[in-house]
Amino acid sequence: MSTASRASSAMPPARRPAENYINRDWSLRSWLLTVDHKRIAILYLISVTVFFFIGGLFAMMIRLELLTPQGDLMTSDTYNRMFTQHGVVMIFFFLIPSIPAVFGNFVLPLMLGTIDVAFPRLNLASWYIYSIGGLFTLAAVLLGGIDTGWTFYSPLSTVFSNSNVFLAAIGVFINGFSSILTGLNFLVTIHRMRAPGLTWFRLPLFVWAMYATSLINVLGTPVVAITLLLVVLERVFGLGIFDPTLGGDPILFQHLFWFYSHPAVYIMILPSMGVISEVISAFSRRHVFGYRFIAFSSLGIAVLGFLVWAHHMFTTGMSVYAATVFSSLTMLIAVPTAVKVVNWIVTMYKGSVAIETPMLFAVGFIGLFTIGGLTGLMLATLGINPHLHDTYFVVAHFHFVMVGGAIMGFMAALHYWWPKISGHVYPGRWSKTSAVMIFAGFILTFFPQFILGYLGMPRRYHAYPEEFQALNVLSTAGASILGLGYLLPAIYLTWSLVDGKRAPANPWGAAGLEWQCPSPPPVHNFDHPPVVTDVYDYGDEHLLAALATRAAKGVSVG
Amino acid sequence: MIDNIKNAMPQLFEYLPLHPEQASSVSLPVDILYFVWMALSLFFSLLIAAAAIFMMVHYRRRAPGQVGAPETHAPVVEALSITIPFAIAMAMFVWGAKLYVDLRRPPENAVEYFAFGKQWMWKFQHPNGLRQINHLTVPRDTPIRITMTSEDVIHSFFVPAFRVKQDVVPGRYTTVWFTATETGEYHLFCAEYCGTEHSLMKGTVTVLEREEYEAWLRRESDPATATPASTGEELFTSLACVTCHEESDTTRGPALHGLFGSEIRLASGATIEADESYLRQSILEPMADIRAGYQPLMPTFAGQVSEQQLADLVRYLKTLGAQRASVEHPRPENATPQHGSPDRVEETRSEPTRGRQAPAPAAGASGG
Repeated sequence: MSTASRASSAMPPARRPAENYINRDWSLRSWLLTVDHKRIAILYLISVTVFFFIGGLFAMMIRLELLTPQGDLMTSDTYNRMFTQHGVVMIFFFLIPSIPAVFGNFVLPLMLGTIDVAFPRLNLASWYIYSIGGLFTLAAVLLGGIDTGWTFYSPLSTVFSNSNVFLAAIGVFINGFSSILTGLNFLVTIHRMRAPGLTWFRLPLFVWAMYATSLINVLGTPVVAITLLLVVLERVFGLGIFDPTLGGDPILFQHLFWFYSHPAVYIMILPSMGVISEVISAFSRRHVFGYRFIAFSSLGIAVLGFLVWAHHMFTTGMSVYAATVFSSLTMLIAVPTAVKVVNWIVTMYKGSVAIETPMLFAVGFIGLFTIGGLTGLMLATLGINPHLHDTYFVVAHFHFVMVGGAIMGFMAALHYWWPKISGHVYPGRWSKTSAVMIFAGFILTFFPQFILGYLGMPRRYHAYPEEFQALNVLSTAGASILGLGYLLPAIYLTWSLVDGKRAPANPWGAAGLEWQCPSPPPVHNFDHPPVVTDVYDYGDEHLLAALATRAAKGVSVG
Repeated sequence: MIDNIKNAMPQLFEYLPLHPEQASSVSLPVDILYFVWMALSLFFSLLIAAAAIFMMVHYRRRAPGQVGAPETHAPVVEALSITIPFAIAMAMFVWGAKLYVDLRRPPENAVEYFAFGKQWMWKFQHPNGLRQINHLTVPRDTPIRITMTSEDVIHSFFVPAFRVKQDVVPGRYTTVWFTATETGEYHLFCAEYCGTEHSLMKGTVTVLEREEYEAWLRRESDPATATPASTGEELFTSLACVTCHEESDTTRGPALHGLFGSEIRLASGATIEADESYLRQSILEPMADIRAGYQPLMPTFAGQVSEQQLADLVRYLKTLGAQRASVEHPRPENATPQHGSPDRVEETRSEPTRGRQAPAPAAGASGG
């Protein structure tokens, strides 16, 4: 139905090379009312990029303030707003939607060999819901800010804070529906819209990761939505839910909050893991190693992720027995994550490894995520958790997972699928420079924070004792390199749209259905539903023939 | 050359230390666990990085059309990638859990202090009633147990040199304990974000030799100052608690003698240990855990008593609790310094939180 309406809409100008989802109609209206999963992905790409740079600006303000021990650049109230808004914007409006809403939307239907997601209109509605939630949160920022920490701990958030908790909480609450609906959409799409022959165990691992992520989104997000609603009810109407003076329990808030927000960490990292599985296989030109182990480890992480939330609360005075249970369950997550890392490395073994930009980001991911994961196990170790909790060790740990993991994965995905999405090739030298700068800047920013944390510097400190200055200066220096590393892609990717070479259908010589349709794909993706055997088969005759032709023509990858 | 490096090492670590001062009985065990974990993490991170770099270099693409080897399976690799992380994680879990039990369980002879967190200051109270703000002075080699609560938002008591951290939560008591092993001055931080001046909610813990501490305490304390327990006793009378809580059980209310530390049965049928948190809650919310056999007659005192007064009342009730219990179960000799404080006797309790751990063996098991 939607196909017919799209096919009958405006025809491309005569001299365009071919009609595709971009050039079929340039009007703003056609973008804002689109139900094409590819266009919706672009809408999300623009939105999350805006939020990423807003969140990044807050981060730079934080690092600049911490250059000196005295709180001299801004007031305490301003500083508290900076780290709160950095957290809220980055987590709820960048990390959580980033890969699923942008690349999930764009490539999931392509990978399944289908025309769109199951509910295209719902998909557009999800973007509008996300945007409305984002506007509420931006309004909270512009009308005076939020200073509760992104964790909204009660009773600080419900009784004591004088900032715009209401607007921010409502913004995050609304945004939650976007996550839930996107998750639901993907689950149904993966169940119902796979191409002929695309059985469950032939699905690309990115699809498995999307499936696991969507499960968490659908099951977990309602909990945080209700929790934030309770915060609003207590704050506005004085309902005694968390406030102890009204008979509430502030620790209850933490249980409810982390019951979602721990799984949310996996909402952020699982999609990246899916990307890495694709990229490592594509640039090694080798069938992904241990396919089923990687697929099941995604589901394992999704399930275990729901059983470990109280490891954020070992210092609240919870019982020793409960702490033991949550610590041991957390330790179990070492297994599925280690399985993934080992299988990625072994995939490269005897491969034909091309050191292209996406591969640099992917290998960077493996290194940084490994450190993030191992330090997570350290934090889960009960004997040292009390000392490490709420220090810069925690800050370093989750930035290794979220920035070194999730954002490296996002960058890998962006550079891997950019030729498919935009139809243009970006300059390899600049993009590799960016990858190296991000990696080096990241290490310099966050590695010193592990030491700072063990030395005892608490997180969320506006001013700090002088003995912590040297490490803070290193961290700020790293952050400026990191910041430049992130600015570069914004420049050269934009430039590639204007002046970049046209990308062929399969610029990397990768297997996988998304590379079989033209770049950029036509509105309906595939002329005929493709018949699928093995999406990682680098021994496939057609692919080998195509690679040989390209090699003969001297075409090298972007 | 090597000697030079060796000599320079301590200096290097003076400028770039990797751990805070080790000033408590748990500092070293925590550091050992941390550095073993750090070494393991570095080893595996470098191993994986080395493997990735080797693969990228050794198996780099040599011709544009080249593809990798066909798919292989290696069950041994998969089995190792499951068993090795599992074994290491579980071993470290057991090590960490054992240490955690020690961190959470104060020695029986710990000396009892109180602490109150509020935006943005720390208030401490010594066993003899002496108060300090943002400073805490403690004797060396003496187990200290601090019962803490907050008057507003959640705070967290963090002394890096002692490797201890405990959240301070409004509406309930939490406890932390430590034995300082080195004299000196140490940072005290609030580690839980608590609003505008969170980063200024810090102070100093001063550790003195015992004799110096005794002298300091005598100097600082006004002999005329009432002890917390005697203040609590006055409150007990002025709030008219005595009307219903007499020396033996009445129909209006149970006697409070011998109550503290005992297992009591609730109207709901559950049993609960009468610890500090229970006493506190029963004053503020008498209906929450009402004792079996009694009518819900008691009014709430929430809003009528401050956290400080509550702490005084609790200390007084603890002296009552000790009176009978000490007759039934003679306590082990107290090895802590003598402050001449009337609530010294009951400092033999070992359970930091109520009803969540095994019943205290020393508790006077009078039941409800």
